[in-house]
Amino acid sequence: MTNRQSRPSFQLARMIEIHHLSKHFGPKVAVDNLSLTVQKGQVLGFLGPNGAGKSTTMRMITGYLPPSAGSITIGGVDMLDNPNTAKAKIGYLPESAPLYADMTVAGFLSFAAELRGLSGAAKKAAVEKAITTCFLEKVRSQSIDTLSKGYRHRTCLAQAIIHDPEVLILDEPTDGLDPNQKDVVRNLIKEMGKTKAIIFSTHILEEVEACCTRAVIIDQGKVVADGTPDELKRRALRAGSVHVKITGPGAASLAGDLARLGHAGRIEDPVTADDSFQGTVYPKAKTATGALTTEIYDLCRNRNLTLSELHEEPGRLDDMFRELTSQNQV
Amino acid sequence: MRHISIIFKRELAAYFNNPLAYVLIIIFSVLSMGLTFVIGKFLDLNDASLTNFFLFHPWIYMIFGPAIGMRLWSEEHRMGTTELLLTMPISPWEAIVGKFLAACVVLAAALLSTIPIVVTVYILGSPDGQMIFSGYLGSFLIGAATIAITCAISALTRSQISCLLISVFICFLLVLAGFPSVADFLRPTAPWLADLGNAISLWWHQSEMARGLVRLQSLAYLTTLIAFCLYLTSVIIRSKRA
Ligand SMILES: Nc1ncnc2c1ncn2[C@@H]1O[C@H](COP(=O)(O)OP(=O)(O)OP(=O)(O)O)[C@@H](O)[C@H]1O
Ligand SMILES: [Mg+2]
Repeated sequence: MTNRQSRPSFQLARMIEIHHLSKHFGPKVAVDNLSLTVQKGQVLGFLGPNGAGKSTTMRMITGYLPPSAGSITIGGVDMLDNPNTAKAKIGYLPESAPLYADMTVAGFLSFAAELRGLSGAAKKAAVEKAITTCFLEKVRSQSIDTLSKGYRHRTCLAQAIIHDPEVLILDEPTDGLDPNQKDVVRNLIKEMGKTKAIIFSTHILEEVEACCTRAVIIDQGKVVADGTPDELKRRALRAGSVHVKITGPGAASLAGDLARLGHAGRIEDPVTADDSFQGTVYPKAKTATGALTTEIYDLCRNRNLTLSELHEEPGRLDDMFRELTSQNQV
Repeated sequence: MRHISIIFKRELAAYFNNPLAYVLIIIFSVLSMGLTFVIGKFLDLNDASLTNFFLFHPWIYMIFGPAIGMRLWSEEHRMGTTELLLTMPISPWEAIVGKFLAACVVLAAALLSTIPIVVTVYILGSPDGQMIFSGYLGSFLIGAATIAITCAISALTRSQISCLLISVFICFLLVLAGFPSVADFLRPTAPWLADLGNAISLWWHQSEMARGLVRLQSLAYLTTLIAFCLYLTSVIIRSKRA
């Protein structure tokens, strides 16, 4: 993409600001008093179970749906007061990747570029760049109604980035892509994230770890977690638990000693044999990463026991996701 | 203006990249001229006038207008492209006007395809050129009104067929409202209703203009009807998203 150095992270330009945003569909509350700020250089992964309100939120941010309450500001411009100025700053990939079936790929991109205010040589260059970036050379003059799903999705993505917007809103951008293309799109998002403010929704949690600087989980229209992927992982119940296998004389009676360690909480699944112990030691609340492992390691060294397995669970996003969002499921 | 012309060009290409527009134009051409020759006994009357020809138009537009206009927003809703279009930095009314104008070009092309009948009357005798002009003007405005009505209905539904049926029904009522048999039926009991029927009837306005009577009332009614339907389209589009 650009050869420019990525911007230093202290440059905090607030590109997307939403305050107390709500959306009701009749009696149904799809988005409930949601507030978020995304800065330039941030890639925000937007997670949540089906029906959580991700797409509805994105449709409000892009000016498609009017909010029931709350405000949306894009690069300092209010979406409700100056919709066209605000919309000009955004590139949007809707969830269903809608396209005009009767156009060719290049024709459609040229139409999108014109609506974005590009013309002449600038328009041509923008179309060419979008075609190259989204790997559409092969299908450039193909009619859109004959494209495969993945190509349709990429054509719609190309439309979203054609005017090099400051803000990108991508609703499930990797949906329907093959593994190679998923990877290409993730890298693209990561690269563009250095100079833009990006919100993208996904159900693929590895994707969040791979390219987000921040993840927000919503459920029933409310934010239930907000932090870097690492922070969120550590909130999983199993995060920080240490699986051990210790062998040596007296190892069988080790459970009590392990439980008495300063940082240790309960022990689960203990298996004791003649001269070995294995099980999972959970840390107490607020234990720093690594503190429990150090204690276990020291204990074994002092008693001349062999530590044949020691594994600290770093926490998994999917555990955390399940724990935070499953209590509301029917 | 720029945005209107971008939308207009896309819509026009969508019409003519597709056999539908050509088929509709041919059907219009054959029907309007055919009915005039066969039912209107054009040649037997030995009268170098196109009045009968223009009087068939409202009946044809009743179906032709909805058939041209049904895809305007229904297709957009069905493909989901409304979401794309309305998140572009353009105003909804620009999209509405651009689409409407493109449909009007199809209408104009259909009217142009009836040139042979004009040539025929000039060969047969010396017709009143002004009358022909006012007939075509009336015809165009009435056609445009049926398209505008369909445009509003198409914003309501993603199904082109529903849009077609509802619009044909509305246009049918609007044509019929001032048809002589209806007016004659109403006049003895409720003369005001008969007058109202005439005032809103596409058929009545066309019958006046086909006879060379271009009234301000007709022009004002038809342009207001068109403007109102386009405005209604924007209201429907807005309320559908709320
Ligand atoms: N136009 C609408 N009318 C009524 N209810 C709607 C409308 N659009 C969305 N909803 C409801 O709002 C809720 C949120 O939907 P939304 O599409 O935002 O979910 P999502 O988080 O994007 O889900 P998914 O992961 O399945 O894409 C759902 O319960 C949905 O049924
Ligand atoms: Mg969604």
